[in-house]
Amino acid sequence: MVVDVAFWVLSVLAVLGGAAVFYVDSMARATYALALSFIAVGLVALLLQQNYVGVVTILMMVMEMAVMAVYMVMFMGMNPALMPMSMVHGKRMAMAAAGGVFALLASGILLVDWPSRRGAPAGDVTMALGEELMGPKMLAMAVVSPVMVATIVAGVVLAAHRTRYDRMGDDLRRRPADDPQPGGVGR
Amino acid sequence: MSLETVLLVAAAIFCVGLYGAISQQVVVMVMMGLELMINAVILAAAGFWWFLAPEPTGQVLLLVIIAAMTVEMAMGFAVATLLHREREADMTDMATDLSG
Repeated sequence: MVVDVAFWVLSVLAVLGGAAVFYVDSMARATYALALSFIAVGLVALLLQQNYVGVVTILMMVMEMAVMAVYMVMFMGMNPALMPMSMVHGKRMAMAAAGGVFALLASGILLVDWPSRRGAPAGDVTMALGEELMGPKMLAMAVVSPVMVATIVAGVVLAAHRTRYDRMGDDLRRRPADDPQPGGVGR
Repeated sequence: MSLETVLLVAAAIFCVGLYGAISQQVVVMVMMGLELMINAVILAAAGFWWFLAPEPTGQVLLLVIIAAMTVEMAMGFAVATLLHREREADMTDMATDLSG
């Protein structure tokens, strides 16, 4: 009973928080609304005994929303909490697409004869996940890890203003380096 | 709380995100829409795991989904930074070079 009430409260929060992202008139509020939606989904995951995934989702999303708020201020060049804004295109078409997809998904969810549960969860699901990742599912970990490293490298390359190739040429042999402002001790 | 209700909530969140990803003009807001959609996928996967087959393999799949969301976020921010640096653009309508 308590779990059901908590589920419905968190579900309403998650959906309304998500809707508020595109309804509120400032980006800072939109960021916090998205954080609220993510926290609610993380808590529902906790209700579903996904202890590790729920906590990771909450921690990651709180940090991400903090980064996103900084981006808003950087790129919009304004105080995002005070500047009302509405920048949308094709609103009617987007509404129709979203409504149509929801009707499709909902009819599928309600019409499919879902199978009954197979097996039972492990006593400690987090430990079971750790043992799975370090054992039979090591390949998933081994694939995700280099993808993460590649993401870091690609992110830095894309976002960096001037790299060593700008300074020292494609063959890295240009001396002195081509810097907008000479520094050092006159060398 | 049943599988159907969890999936319906996930579908609602997914469609809200879809609306945002299609309709918003600011790049960061489009990313917010995409993240809401992945948020819904996390919820749906957690529901499938608990109500259909609560084995550790399903949790591994969830971790992969979260990793995909992280990659999307990091690359999205990097591309947004690049776009803003190269042409002072923060709207999708200002970066339509590949359209058509």
